[in-house]
Amino acid sequence: MAVVLVLVAIAVGSVLFHLLSPWWWTPIASNWSYIDHTLVITFWITGAVFVAVVLFVAYCVWRFRHDPGRRAAYEPENRRLESGLAVGTAIGVFAMLAPGLFVWHQFITVPSEAAEIEIVGQQWLWSFRLPGADGKLGRAETRDVAPDNSLGIDKADADALDDVVIEGGELHLPVGKPVKVLLRSIDVLHDFYVPEFRAKMDMIPGMVTYFWLTPTRTGTFDILCAELCGVGHSQMRGMVVVDSEADYQTWLAEQATFEQLQAALPAATTVAEAPGR
Amino acid sequence: MVEASGAGDIIPPAAVEDVELYHPHSWWTRYVFSQDAKVIAIQYSCTAIAIGMVALVLSWLMRIQLAFPGALTFLDAERYYQFITMHGMIMVIYLLTALFLGGFGNYLIPLMVGARDMVFPYANMLSYWLYLLAVAVLVASFFASGGPTGAGWTLYPPQAILSNTPGGQDWGIVLMLVSLIIFIIGFTMGGLNYAVTVLQGRTRGMTLMRMPLTVWGIFTATVMALLAFPALFVACVMMLFDRLAGTSFFMPAIVEMGEQLQHGGGSPILFQHLFWFFGHPEVYIVALPAFGIVSDLISTHARKNIFGYRMMVWAIVIIGALSFVVWAHHMYVSGMNPYFGFFFATTTLIIAVPTALKVYNWTLTLWRGNIHLTLPMLFALAFIVTFVNGGLTGLFLGNVVVDVPLSDTMFVVAHFHMVMGVAPILVIFGAIYHWYPKITGRMLNEGMGQLHFWITFLGAYLIFFPMHYVGLVGVPRRYNEIGETSFVPASVHDLNIFITIMALVVGAAQILFLFNLAWSLRHGREAGGNPWRATTLEWQTPQTPPAHGNWGKDLPVVYRWAYDYSVPGAPEDFIPQNQPGTYPTREAGA
Repeated sequence: MAVVLVLVAIAVGSVLFHLLSPWWWTPIASNWSYIDHTLVITFWITGAVFVAVVLFVAYCVWRFRHDPGRRAAYEPENRRLESGLAVGTAIGVFAMLAPGLFVWHQFITVPSEAAEIEIVGQQWLWSFRLPGADGKLGRAETRDVAPDNSLGIDKADADALDDVVIEGGELHLPVGKPVKVLLRSIDVLHDFYVPEFRAKMDMIPGMVTYFWLTPTRTGTFDILCAELCGVGHSQMRGMVVVDSEADYQTWLAEQATFEQLQAALPAATTVAEAPGR
Repeated sequence: MVEASGAGDIIPPAAVEDVELYHPHSWWTRYVFSQDAKVIAIQYSCTAIAIGMVALVLSWLMRIQLAFPGALTFLDAERYYQFITMHGMIMVIYLLTALFLGGFGNYLIPLMVGARDMVFPYANMLSYWLYLLAVAVLVASFFASGGPTGAGWTLYPPQAILSNTPGGQDWGIVLMLVSLIIFIIGFTMGGLNYAVTVLQGRTRGMTLMRMPLTVWGIFTATVMALLAFPALFVACVMMLFDRLAGTSFFMPAIVEMGEQLQHGGGSPILFQHLFWFFGHPEVYIVALPAFGIVSDLISTHARKNIFGYRMMVWAIVIIGALSFVVWAHHMYVSGMNPYFGFFFATTTLIIAVPTALKVYNWTLTLWRGNIHLTLPMLFALAFIVTFVNGGLTGLFLGNVVVDVPLSDTMFVVAHFHMVMGVAPILVIFGAIYHWYPKITGRMLNEGMGQLHFWITFLGAYLIFFPMHYVGLVGVPRRYNEIGETSFVPASVHDLNIFITIMALVVGAAQILFLFNLAWSLRHGREAGGNPWRATTLEWQTPQTPPAHGNWGKDLPVVYRWAYDYSVPGAPEDFIPQNQPGTYPTREAGA
C-alpha cells in the first residue's frame, strides 16, 4: 500500500511545506496589500481542494484496491452528484474571482492626485524622468533619441525643459504619495519589477504603459527587469529609494533638469563630432 | 435508464464498400515511406522522443547553471538563453504536440474507431516527413553561425530579431521560424486526417457517443490545433518578413544601442496576441489527449465504467471552445488595454469548472472500483495529483490581479511545468506502458517500470512543488543567475541546488525507461492480444501487433459503448465493444 501512504504524504507534506518553509514573499512596501490578501485567500481555497482530492484518491485506492472476488460497481452517471459538484465548484471559483476583479478595478483606476513619473528602459539600463516644477512631463519620442538626448525628449516642448532626468542613477519616491508610473522603452520589451511593490508592467517600444502605487514604507529596493530583453537581461538592475518627504525634497533639489543637462552638453558634443564636420 | 443493448437495433448496414488500401511491396514502402498509420505513429513517436532527449539534456544544463552559477564555463548568458528557448520550444511543439497527435493519434484513432487506416494515407505519410524536416531544421540551428535563437520560446519581437538576442541577427531565429512553418504545414496534413477519420472512418455501430474518451480528446485537440496553428503560422511568416525583408509588422521605431533602426509603425503586442491565440489552445492541445487517455487508463485498470461519460465528452468540447477566448491571460502585464483583464480573468476562471468536473469524474471512477495498481494506473494516479496541483496554481495566475506579482517569476515556471509538462508526460508514460503490449506483442518489464515510475513521479513533484516558492520570494524567470539582491535569502540557493539534484536524477531515470523500451522488445513477457482485458476495439484485433489493414477480412461491428466493465450479470468483468449480447446495460446517453 505504498501508493496510499505516498499520496497521504504528498497531501500532508505539501501543506506542512507551505506552513513551515522559510520561503515567502518579501515584506510589502506599497498599497497593494489587497493583492496579498487575494493571494492568501486563493492559497486556502486551492489548498483545501488539493488536499481533499488527493486524500479522496488515497482513500479510494486503499478501500477499493483489487483483491480476488472484488467486482466494481456499475454506475455510468449520477445527475445529482454531478450537478452538485458543478455548482459547488462554480461557487468556489467565484469566491476567488470576485475579490480578484474588485482589486483589479482598483489597480487600473489611477487616483487623480497621483504624481506622474516616467521610467524608460533600454538595453540594459533604467532611466527616470520627473515632471519638475510645472508638474508636467514634456513630450518624448523614440525618433528623437540622439547622442545628446538619450531619452528622446522633445526640445521644443516648454514642459520638457524643467523635467528632471536621471540616467543610470537611483529613483527616489516620497513615501505615502500615490505615483502614476509611465513606462516607455526605446529598444525592446522590458518590465519594471520591484518585488516589494507587487505591481509590475511591461515596457513596450512605441507605446506608453502605466501602473500606479503608493509607497508605504521608506527603504531601498531592487529594480529588476522581468521580461527577457537580450543577453544582459539578468544584469539590468536599478535601485528605487523611498524617502520621507523632507529627504525626498533634499534629493530632488540636487537633481539636474533637462535644460541644465542640455546646457552642459554642447562642449562635449562638439569635440566628439568634430572630425566628422 | 436500463435497456437491453442488442445487435441489430442501432447497427446500420454498410453504406459504402470497404476501401482498398495501399499495399506496400518493398521494405522501403513498408517501413520507411510507409502509408500505414501504425508505422507512421512509431516514426512520429521515435522522432519526438529523440528530440525530447535533446531538450532533457538542455534542462540538465540550465539547472546546473542555476544551482552552480558559472560551474560550466561554456554556459554563459548567451548559451543559457539559447538552451531555455530550445528546451521550451522542443518540449511544447516537437515533443508533446507531435507525440500526442502524431504518435498516439495515428496509432489509436484508426484502431479505436474500427477503421483500416487513416482516410488520407499518403498525406499522412507526408505529414511525418515534413515533421522530420522541421526537426532537422530546428537541430540545424544548433550548428548554424551564431547558434539557435535565445529569444525565449515565446519569441517576442522586437528582441527576437535584434542583435542583442542570441541568433537574432544570425541564422537562429530564421531557422526557428522556418522550422515552425514546416511543422505547421506537416501538422495540417496529419490533423485533417485525424479529424476526417474520426468523422467519416468509424465502423458500423461506432456512434460518436460510443467512442472512447481517448479518441474524443485527440479529435477535439486536433480540431483546435487546426484552428490555432494558423495564428502562429502567420505570426512566423510576418516575423520572417520583418527579419529578412525589413518590413515592420511587429517593429516600432527603435533605437538599438544608440542607433536608429529602419523600422517603424509596427506593434510588438500584435505578435503577442497572435502567439497566445495559438499558445493558449496549445496548452489544451496537449492536455485534452492526456485527459482522454487517462480516462481510459483509469476505467480499464479500475475495471469500472468511466463515471459521467457524457459530462466528460461535453467537458472536453467546452474546454476546447473556451480555450480560444482566454489567450490574453498570458498578457495581463503586457501593457495591453487593462480593461481586457476583467474579460480574460472571467473566461479563464470559468474554464476551471469543466476542468474540475473532469477531475471529479476520474476520482469517482475509482470510487467503488476494483483498482489494479498496474503501471498505467500508477501513472494515472500520479497524473491526477500533479494535474490538480498545477491546475490549481493556474487559478492564481488566471485571476488577473494575483498574477501581477507572480507573472514572470519562477512561480509561473513551476506552474506550467507541473500542469503541461509533468502531468501530460506522466500520461504519456502510462499510455506507453498500457499500449506497448499491443504495439509490440510484449509487456514492458515491471521492475524497471516500477523504479521508473517512483523516481519520475516523486522526483518531478519535488522539483516543481518547491519551485513555486522560489517564485513567491520574487525570483524572476529567465535569469541565468540571480546575483546580488536585497530580497532573495541565501536559503533559496540551497533550494535551487536541491531542485537541480532532483532534476538530474529524474532525467537519468528516463534512460532506464528507454532501456526498458528496447530490452522488452525482445525479452518482455508475451502479452497476448488483450492483456488488460480491455473493451475498446484496438484490443480486439485478430493479430497482435495488428497487421496491415488492422482487421483481417471483415471490419468489426460495434454493439456497445467503450466502458462496459463489471456489467452486472455478465460472466466476465468486461464486454468488448464488438461483442453482441443482451446484458441489461445502462449505456450512458441511451
